[in-house]
Amino acid sequence: MTSERAEWGRHQVDSEMYEDGNALAGPLGEIFTMDVTVAVSRCAGCGLAGPVARLHVYRHAPGWVARCPACEGVVLRLVRGPDSAWLDLTGAVSLRLPMPTL
Amino acid sequence: MGIVSPGFRGRPRESGPELPPGQYLTRDFPVLSAGPTPRVPLDQWEFTITTETGQAHRWSWADLMALPGDTPTVDIHCVTKWSKLGTNWQGVPLDMLMADVTTDADYALVQSYGGYTTNLPLQDLRDGQAWIAYRFEGEDLAPEHGGPARLLVPHLYFWKSAKWVRGIQLMLEDEPGFWESAGYHNYGDPWREQRYQGD
Repeated sequence: MTSERAEWGRHQVDSEMYEDGNALAGPLGEIFTMDVTVAVSRCAGCGLAGPVARLHVYRHAPGWVARCPACEGVVLRLVRGPDSAWLDLTGAVSLRLPMPTL
Repeated sequence: MGIVSPGFRGRPRESGPELPPGQYLTRDFPVLSAGPTPRVPLDQWEFTITTETGQAHRWSWADLMALPGDTPTVDIHCVTKWSKLGTNWQGVPLDMLMADVTTDADYALVQSYGGYTTNLPLQDLRDGQAWIAYRFEGEDLAPEHGGPARLLVPHLYFWKSAKWVRGIQLMLEDEPGFWESAGYHNYGDPWREQRYQGD
């Protein structure tokens, strides 16, 4: 993944094909009971932490690909098949989720 | 609305026996992309085939252009269900690039500028089945469609035809690529509708 992230930086790039992470509200809402777009993700590539809603989401693809707005590394991928969903979070060190006070 | 965009250019218009199961015909050329479009200057472009022993065979853009190109006319089938028939390409056959490559590998991992990867059996890159394509319908291949050069392996779903191709790693063991590691089928034969793992 490290070389991939370096690659994204070296050959930048223009693209208007992404949306912000709010686009994930629908597909992630199929999986999670809470709104994950308000969670704070930490990028495994560059360490940037920020709301999932700020990720760059590429949806004109065979799945949803959410990238770090700083390094363009893949933070989250989601593929929805007819009877399964695949969620890949290897590009996220963590997700900080707002929870009710104990 | 489903998660996977069905080509995002409107409703299915046609289907027929010339199309694999579940596909519809489109006459435009939808742009699908999992990330930003890399812009690779031709004087920095390089294509490398690396064997399982680490031996690298490299071609510059000038090297590629010096090779005789094929002009295949092929049908292409995207896993998001659009198909496009009779598309005209120009490119160098993989057979030509593999001619001097000695390998015992059975598998290939195709690597792109920008980090995308896809895997397939090496035999699917041989015998006139695959090209490094650099022109489409008489024009230089546009960056949004994978230019300056992309892999063209039209007998498999089009995600295997990696845009912005940079190299091919030959391997003794299979290794899943970008979509193959996220639910998509390892092989991706459109005529057997191998879209997802388990299909």
